[in-house]
Order: sequence, then C-alpha cells, then structure tokens
Amino acid sequence: MGLASISREYETVKVIKGIKFGILSPDTIRRYAIATIVTSETYDEDGMPISGGLMDRRLGTVEPGVRCETCGNPPQTCPGHFGYIELARPVIHVEFVGLIYMLLRTTCRECGRILLSPERIEYYKKRIEKYGEEWKLISFKLIEKIRKEASKVTECPHCHAPQYKVRLEKPYSFYEELEDGTIIRLTPKDVRERLERIPNEDLPLLGIDPEYARPEWMVLMVLPIPPVQVRPSITLETGMRAEDDLTHKLVDIVRINERLRISIESGAPQLLIDDLWGLLQYHVATYFDNEIPGVPVAKHRAGSRVLRTLAQRLKGKEGRFRGNLSGKRVDFSARTVISPDPNLSINEVGVPIEVAKVLTVPEHVNEWNIEKLKKLVINGPFEYPGANYIIKPDGSRIDLRFVRDREALAETLAPGYIVERHLIDGDIVLFNRQPSLHRMSIMAHKVKVLPYKTFRLNLVVCPPYNADFDGDEMNLHAPQNEEARAEAKVLMLVQEHILSPRYGGPIIGAIHDYITAAFLLTKKTTLLTKSRTTSLLIEAGYKGPLPEPVIKWPIELWSGKQIFSLFLPKAISFTKQASICLKCPICLGMECPYDAYLVVEDGEILTGVIDKNSIGAEKPENIVQYLIRAYSTDAAREFMDSVFRMLIKFLDQHGFTMGIDNLDIPEEAHRRIREIVKEGEKKVNELIKIAKRGELEPLPGKTLEETLEARIMEALSLVLERVGNVLSEYIGLDNEAMIMARTGARAKKVNVTQMTSLLGQQSVKGERIRRGYIDRVLPHFKRGDLRAKARGFVYNGFGKGLNPIEFFFHAMAGREGLVDTAVRTAQSGYMQRRLINALQDIHVEYDGTVRTAQRSIVQLKYGDDSVDPVKSFHGKPVDLDMIIRRTLKGGG
Amino acid sequence: MVEVMTKRKFTVLDHELVPEHIVLPPKDANRLLKTLGLNKSQLPWILASDPAAVAIGAKPGDVILILRKSRTAGKSIALRLVVPG
Repeated sequence: MGLASISREYETVKVIKGIKFGILSPDTIRRYAIATIVTSETYDEDGMPISGGLMDRRLGTVEPGVRCETCGNPPQTCPGHFGYIELARPVIHVEFVGLIYMLLRTTCRECGRILLSPERIEYYKKRIEKYGEEWKLISFKLIEKIRKEASKVTECPHCHAPQYKVRLEKPYSFYEELEDGTIIRLTPKDVRERLERIPNEDLPLLGIDPEYARPEWMVLMVLPIPPVQVRPSITLETGMRAEDDLTHKLVDIVRINERLRISIESGAPQLLIDDLWGLLQYHVATYFDNEIPGVPVAKHRAGSRVLRTLAQRLKGKEGRFRGNLSGKRVDFSARTVISPDPNLSINEVGVPIEVAKVLTVPEHVNEWNIEKLKKLVINGPFEYPGANYIIKPDGSRIDLRFVRDREALAETLAPGYIVERHLIDGDIVLFNRQPSLHRMSIMAHKVKVLPYKTFRLNLVVCPPYNADFDGDEMNLHAPQNEEARAEAKVLMLVQEHILSPRYGGPIIGAIHDYITAAFLLTKKTTLLTKSRTTSLLIEAGYKGPLPEPVIKWPIELWSGKQIFSLFLPKAISFTKQASICLKCPICLGMECPYDAYLVVEDGEILTGVIDKNSIGAEKPENIVQYLIRAYSTDAAREFMDSVFRMLIKFLDQHGFTMGIDNLDIPEEAHRRIREIVKEGEKKVNELIKIAKRGELEPLPGKTLEETLEARIMEALSLVLERVGNVLSEYIGLDNEAMIMARTGARAKKVNVTQMTSLLGQQSVKGERIRRGYIDRVLPHFKRGDLRAKARGFVYNGFGKGLNPIEFFFHAMAGREGLVDTAVRTAQSGYMQRRLINALQDIHVEYDGTVRTAQRSIVQLKYGDDSVDPVKSFHGKPVDLDMIIRRTLKGGG
Repeated sequence: MVEVMTKRKFTVLDHELVPEHIVLPPKDANRLLKTLGLNKSQLPWILASDPAAVAIGAKPGDVILILRKSRTAGKSIALRLVVPG
C-alpha cells in the first residue's frame, strides 16, 4: 500500500501503565556492567583505548569504523554498555543525604527498628493500607507525620537503647551527639551499617519501598560507569583528543580510588586514608552534581572552566528536559525580518522565493497531479517552482541537486512516489512571533511567494502577534502531511482567530491609518465625485450597482458614509458612541453636533463616524465582531480584505500628514495656558505656605508631609488636565494630530498637550521626583524646596523644547519606564511559565466539567457558567441590546 | 461604669465573603457523585482544619457543598472532600 509509507502502524508491544523510580543496588550495578574499570589511564601511546580503562572498547564505541567489543555492532547501532568501579571505601550519594538523615533519626541506632511502639506501628500500617493507591497524597501527609513522630523518640521502644541526636553537616557529613556532649563522626561505613539494620517491614511507614530502594543502597560501594555514548570524546582538527567532562571526572574518581585501595592494603596511616577517603567522597559527589552548596566546584585541570557533570546536564533551560525533550530544534522552518504588505489577504503571508525554494512539502504522486509534478521535477531544486527530493516507493531518497538528467527521472515518476516540492502559493504554513504568549502567537497562513527577502504580512495581524516592523523577525513552519495541514487550516487559520479568547471581542481589526481613513471617509463633510467613488469601489472589488448619489446637482456626489455602507450587510444594526465622542454631560444621541453617535440600521450608516470604537482592533462589539456573529469568519475576512484596502486607497488620495504646524496654537491659547499654569503654581505655593504654618489638615492615614505631597500632586495634575481642555477649544478635528488622537488611530490627547504646551509633572515611583542630593534633586535648588519647579514639574512642551533641568527630570522618569518594562517582562515571563506548567493538562470534558489529566475535578462547570469567551460579547453570554433591538423592530 | 462585654462567638460563616458551606449526608453525597459520574478521589480537597469546615463540623471523608455567588453565573456550586489535617 502506498499509504503505508506515511503512517506506519506500530504493533503494540507494551503499554506504559506507570513509572516507578528506585535505587540501583550494588548487585544490580555489577550485573548490568560488562567491565570493571581498574585504571585511570585511558589510552596507550598509540592512542588505543586501554582495556580496563574508562574508554574500554567493551563499553561501546562512537568512533566510526570500529565495532563494539561487547555486541559487535558499529557505532550507529551499538546501544552502549555500562561498566563499574568497586569503591575501596563506601561513600554517601549526595542526592540522598536528606533521606539518609531522615532514616538515621527515625530508626534505632542499635537494632535498626523504627522508633515507634508496636501498637503505633500497627495503627499506622493499617491507615496506610487503607489509603492504598487511590489516596496516595493523603498517605504522603501521614508518612510526613510518622517521620516527625519517630524522630522525637529518645529511647528505642524495641531494644530500649538510648537514642542520640544525629546531626547532618551539609553537604554530606554525619555526626552523633552523645549525652555527655561529645561529638562522634559517623563515617559512610557507619552510616551504611546502620541503614543495613533497618528491617524491611518498617520501611513502608517511612515512605520507602524496600524492594526498589533498600536504604543502604544510598551509600555507594559500587559506582556504575556510563557507556562512552554518554560521554563521547571529540577529536579536534589538530588531531588532539578532548574528553568529555564526565570522563574527566571519572578519571579523578578512578585515580583516587586506586590510591585509596593501595594505601589501605599497604597499611598506610589512618590520617592519610581518611584524607583520601574524603577526596573520593568529594569526587563522587561532584560527579553527580557540581553545584552543591558548600562544596568547591570541580574545575578542569589548570583551566578555570567548571565541569558540567550529571545534574548540570539535566537541569535548567538548556538541560536535557527543557532543552532537548520539552523543546527541540526543528526542520522545515524559516526565519527572517517581517515587513508590511496591505495588498495581501489577512490569511496570507508573503514568503521570499529563496525561502520557498528551501522549504518543501511532500506531495504524493497520483494520476491527477503527475503531469504537474513532472514539471516540478524537471525544474529541479534551483529553479522556482521546482522540487528538491524524490522519495521512491521503497523509501529511498533521490537528491535532485545531484541528478544530471532530471527529464529522464521525471519520466519514471509514477503513483506511489513522493515529490518534495517547493512551497507554492496557497500552501498552509504556520507563522509565529516570539514571545508566544497566547494562541494567536502562532497562526496558519496561506503562502504567497514574493520577490525580496522579507516575510510580508497584512497590517491587521500585527496586534495578535504584537509585531511591528522596526526589525522584528518571525518564524515560519511548513507542516509535512495532509492531516497537519488540514488541522492547521481549520483550527489555526488567521480568520479563525479574529475573536480573541482573552476578552469577548476581536483582536484583529483596523489599526493606525485604517482608523484615520475610516474617520475621514465617513465624516459628514466627505463627498466624493463619481470618478473617486468608482475608483474606491473598484479597489474594494465591489461588484454591485452604484447607489443613488446624495447630491445630484450641479454635480453628482456620493457621501463617504454611503460608500462605507455598501459593504455592511443587512443584518448589521447597532448603536455606538464613536471614539471621537466628547462625553458631553447631556448626550443628544442621533442629534450629536459632532457626529460622534454612530447609528447603523440594516447595514446603513445613519449618523456618526466610523473610528476605533466601531472597527478598531481590540475593541469588543465592533463591526468585525457583528459580522462574525451574523455571518461567518469568511465574511469578516472578506470585509477586511476589501474595505480596508479601500480605506488605504482613500487615504492615499486624500493625503494625510502631521507636521509641526499641527502644533501651532493662537497666542490667545498660549496666554490662557500660561494663566492656568500660573494658577496651579500659586495653588502649590499656597499649600506649602499653609503647611509651613502648620495649618494643613492631614488626610486620613497620611502624615503631614504625605498630605502636602498628595495635595500638590493633585493640584499639578489638574493643571495638565485643564490645559488639555483649553487646547481642545483651539485644536479640532481639522488637525491631523488631533484626528489621530481622537479617533484612536494613534496616541492620546495628552501627547498633543505635551507637544504643544507642557509636559507637566514627571514622576519616579509614583511620586514627584525626590531622589538626588540631600533634600534636593539638583544643586540648582535650595534644600527643602517643595515648589513644583524644584520637584520635577516641566513647564515646557516638546514643541518649544525643555531646559536642561527639565530635560534631566524627563530623563529620570523616562529611565524608570524603561527599567520597569525590562523588569516586568522578566517577571511576567516566569509567571507565565509556571502557570502554563500548572494548567497545561486542564481541559473541559464532554460532560462540561473542567478536569485535570487525572480526571479529577477543577470546576463543575467551565467558568461556572460554561460560557466560551470567544463566543461571548465582552464576557456577556448574549448581547441583550442587540436582541431587544431586533425584537422591537420585528414586532413593529 | 463597667461595660458589659458579652463574648460574642465569631463564625466565619457569618462573613460576607464566606460562601455557604453544607455538609452533605453520605447518602446524598454518594447519589450526587454518582449522577456526576465522579469518584470521591476526583474531588478537590478541603482540610478538616479549614475554618469553614470546622464551623460546620465536617469530618474527614465528608463531602462539602459550597454555594457561591458568581458574577457571571449568578450562583455556582463547588464540591470539596474533607481530608484529615
């Protein structure tokens, strides 16, 4: 069968029911081992591995052309074989010191029994038995209690031997404190002897399964030597051989072990033996973990490089788990700089030809595509569109780079062959930008192969990726089978992610210029001639008839609202305040003099302008969301692909530039602003005076100083607000800067205020600036000067420019902002990691309950109301306003 | 004047923020768990020493029903298994 080559079926040999961790016994270690290592030498003069050394050929081989002496296999298939060292004296396994310490305290130093009376033992045994496998977590809590109870006993209930206090001196020395206060060191040998005495029956009470972990196995007598596959040596270009860190460490262990053995056999003084023993303990400990607190790290001979031993290989971000198992490097991926292209569909991604020629998709040859694939094969790997590889039905691979006669090869193509062809337009790929914080960070796009070297994307997908084009790079992955592509297309396509699960609303919508253009098009004064109207409609791909012009004489003119309405389907009806709304105390609704009250009835804009609130990204209950609700994601995608193009076209024709003349305000405005600032200053000085006289009434929970600060801050923030209001009287919606601010396209009103008039109060840590010299920020002021000027109030705006002192204040506040973002991203990144690890297996079952992987309950109902936020209106399960409107209209 | 201090006992259940806790009789608990298709070991835990569990006199092995007010769902139900501790 042709299909057999893609989805190989595997016979179930064994099913993993669980994993049990235990400790290797010395016997097991010896049994697993194929060789005993007796010498610290590794190679002889000829560079051949020494038998009985650490690179013994029996341990397996990684050198090409050499066969393993144990299994006879070449390096590719030899699994590697363990060896062992017989330690001259036992040493403590560092990773188990905690457990050993617990066992020494909870068991008798003479008879080895657990320090509990037979009745207590019986009672606890019964309880643990009762909890069984099902209530493991509760029995762990009980075991914790038993350990505590047993460690408090001072006389053995079984043999009545007095129990002394055992002390653990980190990292691996044990001492016993006798009644008379003398302290005796327990050598690993003593420790092992005690652990040997603990009977099997008592161990389950302490949380140990003796069958898999006899306590004395925690003190090593035999050390397993991992196969060379685990610690391959590297041959440098110079022919020099560099050994793995683990091999270096093992050499140390073997060397010291030999010296210790010889010293013991030759009857060397006890002091020397103890020294060597301690050294052996050190080497074995650092072999397991080279970051033990209180232990000097093992370094490379002479060099200062720290050895990367077993624990270091597993731990942390680059360790085996996080670096090689949870996350790994992948094939069929590409990365380059991104740039915008408003002519692409939101579902598309522009892929450079260079990338398309390297990334491939395997296509199975069948009678319908054979002619097409033949052409691709003939084109080969260097001509686009072509193919890079052919896989024959027998599984062999032909690299088209090295095929001379591709035409002949193309003729041999037949069903059952697989052609790895270049990416072509319409292929489904995954597109991703880091940090991948939510599911919209990886979405499926349709390929559009384009010239030049950047990935191109439609601007509306910037918000979900949080992308801009100041040098951002993104990744692209090409799925390699139909199932993956189908899944990506159905579940991950951009249009399926317009609505965000973060809040019930679209994360994809109009941004920046789209909003500006929508406003300019739909404001009341926009009237367009026939030629402009048609040029816009053509841009949007409009196919219907031209509506009646709103003005018929002397020339035919169409309103912008009218044109925009052409693209709103009948089912769209809603009322909304536009972003430009001034929040008047009494709203006149449809009579709004500013045209800020948007009313859409049956797909017709009656009043109001379209701006951020009605088509903006990240704005719930906008047109995009209504389109998806009433029609489909297809409708929303089509809307954005057509109308948004038209908006850009309109803005191109209209022209839109912000210049410094946008910041010019009449002298009268300047005067009024100066007046407000002066008033604010006067208020501050008054407050200071009142406080100096001691007449200031402290606010609840605040000291006098704090009260004064709060009152001053209040007065000064009022200044900026009032200046902003005055400014609004002089700068209206004919000003480009203000258009952007009010429509929500970019920036806020404060930014306009800051440019035209003044920056206002700068703050560090939410307070007026106070740090610097003693009692003053800068030496230009007197000590204790509380005036606005001395504490970071900036009287000038960006337009006019700041004086040096103000500039410094502004830099202080600016720096705090930078530091804050840096700190925040690090903190939130770690929090995100922990949350994901904790929540990754939680899912909603078919019965509506939220459960963990073990199927235990988290919630009886998802979110207590079973509402999917994607399908909600800003969290509300139904849009009541909409339903009421529709019902009323239907009735009337 | 000596102010008469009657020692009023404070129960957490009286507090605005503490939802209603009910100990289910074993029969009801088993029936409820059966209708939900659940096993006791699949329930989240509450310590027997939890102030609310103490206040309603729950013993290890009991199932507690918690009725919470919810902003989204009006009323929500949670189940807890009392464990020793």
